[in-house]
Amino acid sequence: MKSILHLRVNGQTHELYTDTHKTLLEVLREDLGLTGTKHGCDLGECGACTVLADGTPILACLALPIELQGREITTVEGLARGAELHPLQRAFAELNAAQCGYCTAGMMLSAKALLDREKNPTREDIRDALAGNLCRCTGYEKILEAVETVASQQSTGESKG
Amino acid sequence: MPVIGAPLAKIDSWDKVIGAAKYADDMSLPRMLHARILRSTMPHARIVSIDTRGAEELPGVVAVITGRDVPIEYGILPSSQDEQALCVDKVRFVGDAVAAVAALDAETAERALQLIHVEYEPLTPIVTMNEALDETRDAIHTGAHADHHNIHKMVALEFGDLDAGFAEADYILEDTYFYQGNTHLALENHAALASFSPDGHLTLWSSTQTPHYVHRALAKTLELPASRIRVVAAAIGGGFGGKTDPFSHEIVACKLAMLTGRPVKITLTRQEVFYCHRGRHPVLMWVKMGVRQDGEPTALHFRTLLDGGAYGSYGVASTYYTGALQTVTYKIPAYKFEGMRVFTNKPPCGPKRGHGTPQPRFALEIHLDKIARHLGLDPAAYRKQFIVEDKTKTVNHLTITTCGLSECIDRVVEASGFGGEKREARSEIHESKIENQKSKIKNGLGLACGSYLSGAGLPIYWNQMPHSGVIVKVDRGGGVAVFCGSTDIGQGSTSLLAYIAAEEFGIDVRDVRVITADTDLTPVDLGSYSSRVTVMTGNACISAIRPLKQKILDAAAEKLLVPAESLSFRDGEIICEDDDARRLKWTEAIALAEAKHGTLSGTGSYKPPKRAGPYKGSGVGISPSYSYAACVAQVSVDIETGQVRVEKIWLAHDGGRALNPILVEGQVEGSVYMGVGEALMEEMTYRGGLHKAPSLLDYKSLTMRDMPPVETFLVETNDPEGPFGAKEAGQGPLLPVPPAIANAIYDAIGVRIDETPITPDKILKALEEQEKGRAARFGPKNFPAVKYPEPIRVEPPEDAPRLERKKG
Repeated sequence: MKSILHLRVNGQTHELYTDTHKTLLEVLREDLGLTGTKHGCDLGECGACTVLADGTPILACLALPIELQGREITTVEGLARGAELHPLQRAFAELNAAQCGYCTAGMMLSAKALLDREKNPTREDIRDALAGNLCRCTGYEKILEAVETVASQQSTGESKG
Repeated sequence: MPVIGAPLAKIDSWDKVIGAAKYADDMSLPRMLHARILRSTMPHARIVSIDTRGAEELPGVVAVITGRDVPIEYGILPSSQDEQALCVDKVRFVGDAVAAVAALDAETAERALQLIHVEYEPLTPIVTMNEALDETRDAIHTGAHADHHNIHKMVALEFGDLDAGFAEADYILEDTYFYQGNTHLALENHAALASFSPDGHLTLWSSTQTPHYVHRALAKTLELPASRIRVVAAAIGGGFGGKTDPFSHEIVACKLAMLTGRPVKITLTRQEVFYCHRGRHPVLMWVKMGVRQDGEPTALHFRTLLDGGAYGSYGVASTYYTGALQTVTYKIPAYKFEGMRVFTNKPPCGPKRGHGTPQPRFALEIHLDKIARHLGLDPAAYRKQFIVEDKTKTVNHLTITTCGLSECIDRVVEASGFGGEKREARSEIHESKIENQKSKIKNGLGLACGSYLSGAGLPIYWNQMPHSGVIVKVDRGGGVAVFCGSTDIGQGSTSLLAYIAAEEFGIDVRDVRVITADTDLTPVDLGSYSSRVTVMTGNACISAIRPLKQKILDAAAEKLLVPAESLSFRDGEIICEDDDARRLKWTEAIALAEAKHGTLSGTGSYKPPKRAGPYKGSGVGISPSYSYAACVAQVSVDIETGQVRVEKIWLAHDGGRALNPILVEGQVEGSVYMGVGEALMEEMTYRGGLHKAPSLLDYKSLTMRDMPPVETFLVETNDPEGPFGAKEAGQGPLLPVPPAIANAIYDAIGVRIDETPITPDKILKALEEQEKGRAARFGPKNFPAVKYPEPIRVEPPEDAPRLERKKG
């Protein structure tokens, strides 16, 4: 069954006519062409599909768009402001926190949610916030380092993002 | 500004952080169909009939195929062509592919699978290695695919005089070990998109580490000329060896595209990926080692028994690898290796990070720890006495170019305070743990070492051609394009080519573009496996660039009226070293060179040195160079619950010169992560032939909460075989981690856990044994009476460690 859906993604409202049983992940990737959000397991186990709904991390593979109408969805494509990268994006690239890159979008969005609510998180806070995002490449070291770098920029006011 | 050695961002990181990198599942084409595969629910059965009519009649279904449509056998090794894209007569594991559907959308394809009726005649599944050795059971494969019945491969090699070696020993230790199978679990599930044009050209985009081998398998199974097939590796969401075989779904997507004339995409589910597997072999090992009173090894006898699962895959190589690299760390004057791989009705095993070597390394390094403890020697100082030397050979004819192991040991020992007396010098974390520990928490430190090859010395199929090719083209605008068949699986191999080109030409990395992994556009590179890419593509890239540089220098020298030898490439200019007023901008120089020599491009190739020893099987283990690693693990063990926590890992890696230190660190940290997971929790477990945990929730892996801090030391030997002195970094650092953890647990609680994963129940059982005054150990009790063939006896090379006769 299809229905009309109003979904606000990365600051833009989309009117969609799509199957109501489709997950947010499917709608983002297939209907909106936002393929930066990844399928890892489709069971809410890996965190690769993490996006933000009103700033809170949710798993797009378990979310139904019909329930998210009126909420502000942020995906990896919505992190940068125009051509200006979000500090997390810059730090992930410069510090080699993205190896294969498959967990990267979800990882950065979980980190963004943390940094938006906690200006000066401890290493433990970061570990807690990102524990639901699996990464098989990095051993998490460089990811931790990247998030800490942005946190310290943020707390010393260096960051523009 | 030097590029080599600088901590630069990878050139493809930018696309990854904005979500623009295109993985195979992200691609779509107009009129694209979606395909799904029906997989066997039986571990072992004959296919009596397949009725696809129900599926064909479902609206939205465009094509249905079975094994009859793609019957030609294939497999990664020429000697193991035992797979079919869709099974024709027989299924051999739960998950074996049986039929496939292409439909307008994935849901319809999935629904159609349920309408396919397969009639099976069940056969008794062979699940354990002991069952596989029982000749009264059915054979999983018939004919030439197995050495004997369910024994896929048997190997026996003897180097030097083993009996004399044991006769010289003052102490001989025998023990049995088991390393459990586990899987790659790359975060990206395999995906493939195939497109067939009316003129007979087939294109496949796939998440593969080895497009060249997929290219060959497609040509064979689809009976198309390879010249009309193009294989492109998309961005790859992690590999670790899990994407190095040609896969059923790749062939199926192509076949469906050919039949329907429409593009076909197939993306595996997480569960399917668990069943496709090709991961770490479960290996049972028996080790007998003789040493003198001071610990000097006199002889080593090593037996392995590998549970291969249902197909050959890389298994022949895996079997040899369980015996090949025991000799490249410590001097061993006499060595006998017996290996055997059996077929069972489980998902096929193959290469996972360290391919066939983490298992024997686990056994060997625990074995050495036991010997050191028995002889009252410090495990670190003990190992250092017998480390192999530069420019020597091992008893099994492997060539050591450089070995930084001694320094690696020093670095981790110093940083961790390993070595008994210096407990107070240990890290702050450890101190606070000791302070805060309740008596039920015990702390320990363990040390282990490892070594891995920098690329397999031989290709997978016999040929004399280069292992890696590179084309470099210089554009009039100053841009340099590097074309290479290599696949970047996240390790940074694409970036490395850019760094090398930028360093050689003295230009900005951003002025280099790298085009990789496209069989139409790029010269062959064999792929991302065996840690071959840095050394082989790096050397090929340099060999493509150097003659081109000469042309540019010729032209510049003419213009500047100085000898070409006096000129060098630096910071975007060609500068006369004797008179730096004489200089040309890079773009000026290449314009002159193009005017003088024509289009500026060059090709380069790399073939590893020919080093195979004089025996059958000597092709496995040879390499341009070996990396070395030493690891100290600090653990805390809760003796009430058996819970082990890895508190910290110190790891020093000799990967030769680090071309980009943050990429090498990334490989070390990722290897440590995977090693800790394998040591403590990751395992493939089955009930009958059914996977017990084919999901990311049930298959345990470390989260960020579980990952211990890692202190990494890069020991930069300058290896003569590597580009700018580099060796491998992607796999070697994993090897010492599991045995270091096992040795640390012994240090903490005095029990030996001789198998992985080291789970709380095993700790508690061993503690129970300790309490009862029995051998405080958990591990395999015995090694089955396996009939290995008569060994091939090989004379060790001249410069290998020699057994000095001191007795008799």
